[in-house]
Order: sequence, then C-alpha cells, then structure tokens
Amino acid sequence: MTELPEHLKKRAAERRAQLAKASGDAPEETATGATPGATTADEQPVAQEISEAAAPVAATSASSEITESKGGVPSHLLERSRKRKAALAGGDGEEVSGGGVATAVKAAPIAVPTGTGPDGHTQRLLTVVKSGSIQQTRGEAVDKVHTWPHLLVVEFAATLACSAMLLIFSALVRAPLLGLADVNQTPNPSKAPWYFLGLQELLTMFHPMVAGVTIPGMGLFLLMIAPYVDKTTSNRPEDRKFAISVFTIFLMFWAVLVIIGSFFRGPGFNFVFPWNDGIFFEL
Amino acid sequence: MASANGSNGSGGIGTKLRARSKKLGEQVGNSQVMNSIFRPGSIFRHGYTDSPRNRSYVVMNSVLYHLHPVKVKRHAVKVSYTLCLGGLSFFLFILLTVTGIFLMFFYRPTEALAWNNIQQLETAVWFGSMVRNMHRWGAHLMVLTVFMHMSRVFYHGAYKAPREFNWVIGVILLTLTLMLSFTGYLLPWDQLALWAVTVGTNMMGYTPVFGGQVRYALLGSKEISGDTLLRWYTLHVLLLPFIIVIFMAVHFWRVRKDGGISGPL
Repeated sequence: MTELPEHLKKRAAERRAQLAKASGDAPEETATGATPGATTADEQPVAQEISEAAAPVAATSASSEITESKGGVPSHLLERSRKRKAALAGGDGEEVSGGGVATAVKAAPIAVPTGTGPDGHTQRLLTVVKSGSIQQTRGEAVDKVHTWPHLLVVEFAATLACSAMLLIFSALVRAPLLGLADVNQTPNPSKAPWYFLGLQELLTMFHPMVAGVTIPGMGLFLLMIAPYVDKTTSNRPEDRKFAISVFTIFLMFWAVLVIIGSFFRGPGFNFVFPWNDGIFFEL
Repeated sequence: MASANGSNGSGGIGTKLRARSKKLGEQVGNSQVMNSIFRPGSIFRHGYTDSPRNRSYVVMNSVLYHLHPVKVKRHAVKVSYTLCLGGLSFFLFILLTVTGIFLMFFYRPTEALAWNNIQQLETAVWFGSMVRNMHRWGAHLMVLTVFMHMSRVFYHGAYKAPREFNWVIGVILLTLTLMLSFTGYLLPWDQLALWAVTVGTNMMGYTPVFGGQVRYALLGSKEISGDTLLRWYTLHVLLLPFIIVIFMAVHFWRVRKDGGISGPL
C-alpha cells in the first residue's frame, strides 16, 4: 500500500479527535430518544438532533440540510430514498415490537462516524476521472464466430471440391500438345492465349500500338485508380448504379471480344460461324 | 494411430486388447514427443475438447491457419458472399506450384529437348500426363478465378476505403497471374506455344518509343528462339512466382489490417 504523507495523517487524527469530541454525547441521546415502540414520527427529530450535533455526518436518511449539501445527487432521488428508509423504519416499528431498538442500533453508527472527511464526505477525493474515458465504447460490437471450425470447414470443403473437379477434368480432357515448334510454318489462324484474344480482336480494328499497348494499359490504369475516383462510401447496389453499370460494360466488352476472338475467328482471322466452319481454338 | 490393431478381437481378448491399445494410445498421446510437436489446442493432441479456448488455440498455434484471425465476422463465412474465389485462387496457386515442381523434374528448357521432354512426360512417366493436364487446366482456372474474384470485389464495393490500396495490389496480382500463365504457355515448345507467344510479343513490340527494346528484352533475341525459352522458363518458375508470393503476402496481410473482408451489403 502507498504510504500516507505525514501531514495528512496528522490532519486526519486532528479531525477525528474533533469529531469524537463533538459527537461525544450523541449516542446517549439516541439511546434515550429511541424508546421501544418508537414510530417514524418519533425517529425524525432524533435524526435531526444527531445531524445537528455531528454536523458532518454523511449517510443519514432524514435530514433536509444534508439533502442540500449533497449537490451531486438529484433531489427527487434523495427524496425517494428518504421516503423508502422512513417506510422501512416504520414497517419495522409496526410489525416488530422491538423495532425501536433496531432503529437505535441503526442510528448508532451514524452517530459515531469514523474516518469522515470535511463537509460530510466519507471518502477522500484522490483524482477526477472523466466519465468519457472509462465509459466510452470505441467500436460497435461485431457478430463474430470462431475461425475454427466455422471458416476452416468451409475452406476445406471448397478446396476439396476444387481439387476433385480439377482431377476429374484432367483425367478426362488432355492438354493440347501440337507438333514441334517450327518458325517456318505459320499455322492459320495464329491465336494468342484466350485471355489475350480480346486484344488480338482489337488488332483488327485499331493500329497495333493502340490495340496492343494503349487500350490494355489504360484498362489496367483505370482499374487501379478506381477506388480513388469512386469516393462514395456506400456499398449498397442501389447507391452504386453508375459504378456497377460502368464495370459491367467493361466486363461485357472484354467477354464479348474474347468470345468472338476465340470462336468466331477462322483462317486469316476472318469472321466465321463455329457451327458452320468449326472451332479454330486451342486452350 | 496405435489403437487400430485392437478393434477386431472377439469376446474377452477383444476387450482386453481394446483396453490395452487405448492405454497405449493415451501414453503416446501424452508423451513428451507428441506434446512437443503439436501445440496446445491442436486437434492432433491428446485430449482436445471443443471449447472456445481450444478453438482459439487451433488457429493461434498453427503456422498454416494463423493466416486467419481467431474470430471472423459471421457474414464472412457465408459462401454466397465470397464464393471462396480469393481463397480458391490461392489454393490453385499452391496446386500449380506442386504440380509445377513435379513437371520440373522431367523438363529441360532447350530448343532441342523441351518438346521431346513433354512427349516423354506424357507417355513414359507415371501420372505424367495427369499432372501436366492438372497444371494446364489449373492455370486456366486460376486466371478465371482471379478475374471473377476481382469482379466479386468490385460488385460488393469492397475496394472502397480503407481497402483502396489492397485493390491496387489485387490488380497487380491479376497482371502477374496473366504473365505467369503467358510465360508458361511457351514452355511446351509446340506450334501452339510458339505462335501464341509470337502474336503476344508482337503486340508488346508496339510499345511507343522503346517498343523494340521491350521486345528484345522479352525474347532475348530478335525472334523467338532457345534464348526466349530459357528466359521465359526462368521467369515462369522463379522470378514471377517470387514476385507474386511477395504481393500475395501483402495482399493477405492487408485484408486483416484493413479490418477483415468487407461488410455485408
């Protein structure tokens, strides 16, 4: 425990002595006042007397002066507490014959207050802590579940399903392996991997620099800056009609180009219908 | 574990055996060796009980699972929200690494040997054809899942603050995935590979100002040759995986630092 400073100890001892002297005859008065069978009406003046005798008593029930001195507690609460205590004391007195004695016993510790501070406080104020710093809730409570098993089980099932699908597909469909590479024999048509077929399709419409470099470069750049351009905070679809439209057009643009490049381009990269001329496409 | 031998006895011998194997199992489970291998809360440890404390330990004490936080938002475990696309992209990357390492045992990146090696792998190596198929189809699937993951994230508005930068990393990861797939495309050294890459690199040669240099740096020569093969092989099996792993680590780390996956709509 922390050691109390000498001057405080001294002050406390002085105060205690002073209080003991002031309330020296109070217990006797209480004892005489509270005769057996005393009612609430009897008790009140006694309590008043006590509080007058020992001015700084803290926890009395019936004194109006003390109600005023306790600035922090709303008056209606004090009033309620006073009524309740009075009712309790009254009930005791009516039901039990020795109720008055009980009141006297209850009053006794009030009469001999030990360790009370100045102005009727029973505790010494050490520091002021603002209520905000200890009561403030910093984040909203989030509904959370344990990763194991809730998430890990789902992930495990997903990886199993994915592996199974890939295994079965690989067992059934062979990866293509055409003839040995030959720089002198250009296949007709020559196609890029499927994810670049959209770009190859653009080559039929634009200059290679535009189709092969500018447009994909711009696409990637726009994708990267998207979060810095779209500064709205809502993620509800009804608030994001424009963003969703633009992105869907972007996706459809590439999807259509890739599908045309994959299935609708034949020898010489000319437009064909796959159901008439067959598919010129290898994965 | 050790209790497997005690299950098929009959009558008195059976119960005795079962009791003995149970005791043995407990001894092994409680031994210093087992306890030193499996950290507290491991389901492989003796006496795992389903308690909140042990559920936390499973994640905290596992080198694999501690990629995850101990607890996640309830909506985050809904398959209909994420469709597992990000996780499956990562899983496919691991699968491709494993199958790719297998393929490396049988492949030499030279003009003279590359195609023959693939041919031999298909015909003369146990599961060679199967593993090559898995590698190829898995690669195509990964391009697809990464792309769909990006779309999913966009439609959920999950790129918004505070996740802007993670979206940028994601776009870089998409580019790296495409580059990985494209560099792998050349390695079989067949007609399909050669001409697909010719078309692709011709396009990059049109880069303004230093297009010629870009193309030369990519091919390692004026035209596609054995030098290109070696160059793309190194890119495919070493440099690009190395880079993508770094970006993936940042990507996953940022998911947690930015407050887990984005909230429900």
